[in-house]
Amino acid sequence: MADATTSSVQDESNVVFHVHSVSKTYQTGDVKVEALRSVQLDLAAGEFVVFLGPSGSGKSTLLNILGGLDTPTSGDVRFRDHWLSQADDAGLTRFRREHVGFVFQFYNLIPSLTALENVALVTEIAERPMNPREALRLVGLNERLNHFPSQLSGGEQQRVAIARAIAKNPDILLCDEPTGALDFPTAKLVLDVLAHINQELHTLVAVITHNTAIADMADRVIRLRSGEIVQIARNARRARPEELVW
Amino acid sequence: MAMLHRKLLRDVFHMSGQAVSIALVIACGVASFVAMRAMYRSLLRSQADYYAQYRFADVFAELKRAPLAVASRIREIPGIAQAEQRVQMDVTLDVPGLDEPAVGRLISIDPRQTRGLNALFLRQGRYTLAGADNEVIASEAFARANQLQPGSRLNAVIRGRWQQLTIVGIALSPEYIYEIRGGGSLFPDNKRFGVLWMSIDALEAALDMQGAFNSITVSLQPHAVQADVLAQMDRVLDRYGSLGAYGREDQISHRFISDEISQNRVSANIIPAIFLAVAALLVHLSFSRLVNMQRAEIAVIKAFGYSNWQVGLHYVQFSLLVAFAGYLLGCAVGWAFGIRLASIYAEFYRFPILVYRPEPGIFLWAGLITAATAIAGAAGAVRRAAALPPAEAMRPERPTQFRPRLVDRMNLRWISPALRMTLRNIERRPWRAIASAFAICCAVMIVVVEFGLFDALDRMMQLQFRDAQREDIAVTLNEPHSARVRFEVAGMTGVIRSEPFRAVPVRIRYGHRWKRTTLLGLERDSQMRRPIDQYGRSAAIPASGLMVSTALAQALHAAPGATLTVEVLEDRRTVQDVQLAGTVDELLGTSAYMDLYALNRILQEDHSISGALLQVDAGRRQSLYRELKTLPAVASVSVKETVIRSFQDTINRSMAISLGTLMVFASVIAVGMIYNGARIALSERARELATLRVLGFTRQEITFILLAEQAFITMLALPFGFIAGYALCAELAVLLRTELYRMPVIVQPASYAWAFLIVLGAAVASGLLIRRRITKLEIVTVLKAGE
Repeated sequence: MADATTSSVQDESNVVFHVHSVSKTYQTGDVKVEALRSVQLDLAAGEFVVFLGPSGSGKSTLLNILGGLDTPTSGDVRFRDHWLSQADDAGLTRFRREHVGFVFQFYNLIPSLTALENVALVTEIAERPMNPREALRLVGLNERLNHFPSQLSGGEQQRVAIARAIAKNPDILLCDEPTGALDFPTAKLVLDVLAHINQELHTLVAVITHNTAIADMADRVIRLRSGEIVQIARNARRARPEELVW
Repeated sequence: MAMLHRKLLRDVFHMSGQAVSIALVIACGVASFVAMRAMYRSLLRSQADYYAQYRFADVFAELKRAPLAVASRIREIPGIAQAEQRVQMDVTLDVPGLDEPAVGRLISIDPRQTRGLNALFLRQGRYTLAGADNEVIASEAFARANQLQPGSRLNAVIRGRWQQLTIVGIALSPEYIYEIRGGGSLFPDNKRFGVLWMSIDALEAALDMQGAFNSITVSLQPHAVQADVLAQMDRVLDRYGSLGAYGREDQISHRFISDEISQNRVSANIIPAIFLAVAALLVHLSFSRLVNMQRAEIAVIKAFGYSNWQVGLHYVQFSLLVAFAGYLLGCAVGWAFGIRLASIYAEFYRFPILVYRPEPGIFLWAGLITAATAIAGAAGAVRRAAALPPAEAMRPERPTQFRPRLVDRMNLRWISPALRMTLRNIERRPWRAIASAFAICCAVMIVVVEFGLFDALDRMMQLQFRDAQREDIAVTLNEPHSARVRFEVAGMTGVIRSEPFRAVPVRIRYGHRWKRTTLLGLERDSQMRRPIDQYGRSAAIPASGLMVSTALAQALHAAPGATLTVEVLEDRRTVQDVQLAGTVDELLGTSAYMDLYALNRILQEDHSISGALLQVDAGRRQSLYRELKTLPAVASVSVKETVIRSFQDTINRSMAISLGTLMVFASVIAVGMIYNGARIALSERARELATLRVLGFTRQEITFILLAEQAFITMLALPFGFIAGYALCAELAVLLRTELYRMPVIVQPASYAWAFLIVLGAAVASGLLIRRRITKLEIVTVLKAGE
């Protein structure tokens, strides 16, 4: 299934993300933590990648750097013509606003806004957004538009979060444990939405997870341990979400 | 140190911003309490000590002239402890360096008398020598205002002759703590009115009063009934031209001071109460949030076996610790502020010593009140912390529930999601929003009231000196003269227009009530004096009958149409019934008006006048003043402009300090509330704001989203603050009302504007403080924490 030799992107011209010997060191008090060590990685447009690894392997740090939430201590990160490693706060904010959609484990919806409004919140500041209703339709939620988060189930909330992430037509969709808080059937529903978005909109989707089963639906699986990429594997065939079992 | 105490200190440190803002509001409350309450007590004490040590008389009477034997008869009246006759007279003074003539009140003193009433406190120089016929002791305020020193000389017109007087000493008297001339002039004008004490033999000789007296002051025995003494004195003195004996309550300096001191008490109660109420609210809001945030810690502590009582006590201690810091600061600031206040009061009131020494009791009370405030504020949160079962406390706080509510029933499509978030947040916690709005309302109110008080004073000045007293100069003659004098006055240099007036001291009776006042007779078409009500409407003087100020009518319980008895306290001492034709709602004094000629008829005299009101060519004032100084018939000259200026000076000085202080106080409340509110919102919504940052919102945008709630509440509170400020002004007008002085209720637009600006400034300052917090918001860390 996993083929260690086909670790690089297939079509070099399609590469959007260049990560070049990126290291990240956190200094908390007297303790120095090396979260990433000389990470080397390219990501192509339209790819579906899964990052696997135990707690503390650095996958969240990498995702944060890719998403412009954090900057590396050393090394270069480039998204097309954006040099993320050198950007200041305003530059990173602009990058996130224009190119990145985020999906979190705990959904992070705004409790005081309805489903539709949570999505509209993002479309208002985006450059070429889709209609918020269209985004919610894509995640299969055309019914409960005017419900508040507290009136929705976990799966529904996560689908609103995905709709919110994709409504700006992002180039990259970054998902941190998107199914971590969901039961099995709901989680599959959410994964189905992610796969669907990836295929329909050709959005680069990167998913962080503990759950190895999810790796089967990726184009490439990137394993991290102690801040280093230990393996990049290409799946010969992407499994459909409904085929996944855990 | 117990671990819980260690936690306490670290928690306080952790929420230092909020703790500081709460402590500051408490400090303002304590400072205002300490300063004002102690000032009130100090004034009361200084007054009482002064009166006792310098033997301030209980009863006073002025008369035309009585032989000394009459004084002995007065001494025999039961209830009188000590009686002292004396000679006094108001004379025109020529003070070096002063263009216009001043008025000096010459009062005799007996240098041999050591235990006399109304004893002088000699500030500088020495007593007059017996027999020295040109030595005087000057009152301090007058001497200071005119830069007179022992050794300075001034000239006085005594019985029509110029006489040079030498100042040998400067002194204070309990009779003239407030140096006001009385009889219609209710503002201190220290440059142009002063008291000069002269040895009795010298003054008797100068006034040709040997073997006679025209003023007597009396002290009472401890259980004497003052009303009886007054009646008996009047019986004895009536035939000697007495204006009627009166007690301290009608003694003008005493009355002003007592009124002022009791007004102090009103503000000493209201202002600290506002601050402490706000402080309690702040403690309540902050601690409710704190307990919510520390649910898990509370659970762990309880799980380890700490009792509910211990946990509750922990939070009470927390609140007390913060309050204690505020208390200490408040005591220090209050003390310092009190000293400043005392120096202002010392300018106004001439006490030999005005010691501002707060009694320990005041600090004790302030401490108890502060503790009560802190405990009351924390009570709700403490109760919840104590009641929290350990197991439930371990579970996270229930997620924020939002349901469609009022905001959603209105059609809100046109407003942005950010604003919708704000409105829904406010609607979900209406009480918190109301509490915040209340505090801001208080800040606005304080500013509006403070400025409103000055607006009221301003208006009072306007009404009194621009609308009612329209003359430039009022010339009073030393005794009533034939109306022909009017034409002589009119012919003097620089006089553009002159109008006669007749002023007589009277007692007005209605039923068993009576009041002493000055009855002013004016020409009915008088252009220079017009009774004006508090709204600036002029009231016409009736053709027949009396018109009195509403305050006087109320004091007599008389309504228009009532028949009042007017007892003239001068010359022929006629008594006549006169109908009360109308009242005028004047702000100052208890005046009575009549048509000049009708008054002449009551007095059974031809057209006599007491003086004239003049309109003067500004360019030729100096020569007019010179001319007036030389006229023996002129008893006094009152120049309106200078009275206004000296009053304005005093007001401006006290305005500078009290406005400055209260603005700082109001800003502290506003910043305290807005900053605290924003901090609480930031801690509750950190996750939400971090999410927005991730979604691509800039710092400015999320700062706006966070502060929109506070801004909205502030905007909402402003109009209520304006209304509350106006209402408190109206309430104060009632509370501070005295017979002599009624405050109009008026707040100028500029005062509202100031309140708006101060709160706006406070909001901006809080916003900037919060911005720093938002900058430090760790997006990633916040997001990582599960709910």
